[in-house]
Amino acid sequence: MKDHAELAEVFNKDEQRVDWHDETLWWVRQKRDKASHLIPDWEELRETASQIKLNVLSDLGNYLEMFEQNAINNGVKVYWAADATEHNHIVHTILKGRGITQMVKSKSMLTEECHLNHYLEEQGIEVIDSDLGERIVQLANEPPSHIVLPCIHKKKEEIGEIFHEHLGSAKGEDDPQILTETARSHLRDTFLTRKAALTGVNFAVAETGEFVVCTNEGNADMGAHLADVHIASMGIEKLIPQRKHLGIFLRLLTRSATGQPITTYSSHFKKPRPGQEMHLILVDNGRSIQLGREDFRNSLKCIRCGACMNTCPVYRRSGGHSYHTAVAGPIGSILAPNLDMKKYADLPFASTLCRSCSNVCPVKIDIHEQLYKWRQVIIKEGYGDKKKAAAMQAMAFTLSNPTVYRMAGKAGRVVMKYAPFAVNNSLNPWYKHRDMPKPPKQSFGEWYSENRK
Amino acid sequence: MRAGLFIPCYVDQFYPNAAIATLELLEKLGVEVGYPSRQTCCGQPMANSGYEHLTEGCNTLFVDNFAEYDYIVTPSGSCALHLKEHLHTKDNNDVALGVRKKIYELTEFLTDVLKVDKLDAKFPHKVGLHQSCHGQRGLKLAQMTELTAAPFSKPASLLGMVEGVELITLNRADECCGFGGTFCVAEEAVSSKMGKDRVADHEHNGAEYITAADLSCLMHMEGIMRRKNSKVKVIHIAEILNGVKEVVA
Repeated sequence: MKDHAELAEVFNKDEQRVDWHDETLWWVRQKRDKASHLIPDWEELRETASQIKLNVLSDLGNYLEMFEQNAINNGVKVYWAADATEHNHIVHTILKGRGITQMVKSKSMLTEECHLNHYLEEQGIEVIDSDLGERIVQLANEPPSHIVLPCIHKKKEEIGEIFHEHLGSAKGEDDPQILTETARSHLRDTFLTRKAALTGVNFAVAETGEFVVCTNEGNADMGAHLADVHIASMGIEKLIPQRKHLGIFLRLLTRSATGQPITTYSSHFKKPRPGQEMHLILVDNGRSIQLGREDFRNSLKCIRCGACMNTCPVYRRSGGHSYHTAVAGPIGSILAPNLDMKKYADLPFASTLCRSCSNVCPVKIDIHEQLYKWRQVIIKEGYGDKKKAAAMQAMAFTLSNPTVYRMAGKAGRVVMKYAPFAVNNSLNPWYKHRDMPKPPKQSFGEWYSENRK
Repeated sequence: MRAGLFIPCYVDQFYPNAAIATLELLEKLGVEVGYPSRQTCCGQPMANSGYEHLTEGCNTLFVDNFAEYDYIVTPSGSCALHLKEHLHTKDNNDVALGVRKKIYELTEFLTDVLKVDKLDAKFPHKVGLHQSCHGQRGLKLAQMTELTAAPFSKPASLLGMVEGVELITLNRADECCGFGGTFCVAEEAVSSKMGKDRVADHEHNGAEYITAADLSCLMHMEGIMRRKNSKVKVIHIAEILNGVKEVVA
């Protein structure tokens, strides 16, 4: 399987497309800046949100039990899923028990993480994603490339092609308004005929047992309100203690994500309406392992706004699919190694550690610090490149020994032979697009001994 | 006041002029500067690649070289940040932690310790200031566009004291140049694209020179500009602040 660097190289073969992708996401980052700079106490909001989430993580077991009890009292059926397999099985069991073979689903990165669609299709159940972006990538048979903007990697002309093939829009039609109308009427039929709807959960309130789903399209509401069975899947880290805390997160979420003041729909689900069933699945899938890793615990504060992706200069120039995991970008790069360290050993290295991600994070996750720490863990656990290890040993030896360093330096600056930019030949990746520095006549050390002593 | 001058390995080997300018500038400002001759590297190239466990030798050497000084000054934000955050030794960790507190990047030292408010230097050029990430977001040398907070910039304030410097406005004030240590070869495609884009921003806005408080970024952008025969040059901020003289190389 190709790693991030190889997939990014493929993405970079079309430079104009890279420019377009970069500028599109940079525009979203700028919208985020405008929205956040309008709130004078923005940094205090971030700090407060961070503290609330840290409080939740410090007592997650009790909060989960409180939430479960309140949800049960409200008439919600609550399930616990240890991993993706259990989660998918629970969903299937609910559908199968009611003879349901078609389901509509609003955006849920958790179900992407669990590969629910694929599993249900194998069981003969048709799933239609109702978020517009998700529907587009579903029709294209691709995973989302971004957690908030799932088809941000597709141009409108390409979407027109997909809709022409699958939804019968006119050949060559690429007007966004017409394409959206096409999707709308297609989804309207889906909403009206589906007996079951699955939604994600943005926030779950421990003190009330209610959960909140945020969408711009109202598609979660359309699905849940029209279906006999509402299934909600949530990661166990989605809790907040009290309803009064919600305002802090709603103010942060969409400003960070797209620069909007708030999502168009922030819908509270508390109890099933008469005649409806409401099921809620609490999913662990590695989260309690991450909770046990002290250095990486607070990655579970994430509220999935995608701000770190939009600001990441590497993400913007490599595309979400280059991360080969459900949650791409900087946050994905610190979450994924927890699930499979070998498979995702490349991701913490797909960063320059520029720290912009940590600065935009609305819950102040120290993403850059965790990228650095994952690198140490991955090398220690033996998932690093063996050739690189030898070069690192040699470099460490040279740099630990001033005499060796000086001699190496005199001999044509070969101390730098372990430095990536030192040799101008086609085998050196540095040289592909860059020249090396011109070696000076003497090093500073040599100059100093001639001029100052 | 005795300051130890730390000249990182690649500056020592490739950019002696920046090091000379740093030394001369500090001396002009009345600082007693020592240069321990057994110095090499801050250890960051290994550490950022996941080999922090191989940096013990570099760390011990650094502590031995610099512990005696009141301040340690270096013309590299990235190396300064790495030392401030990660310098440790097995045998002498209390001393290492003490050394951390004495480390300053050059513009930080000029601004916060020496409180420089005028400079005798002239540089009549259009200059693009590259905000190196580790200096800016790590050492907080300048305000960051992500935050809702009052603007400031230590390097820009110092450049403002140099006669003739015209700072250009960039479209993206503080985006990374893509160097990232071994990232520049491990992720060659993205790294060089980031570098190209950064350079284009400076060129598009009329820079004659790109300056920064970090030579690693400048080396990266210089590599890209030399390849395409760009007229724009890179220059370390110390050379501008010291008053540029003829080139030694």
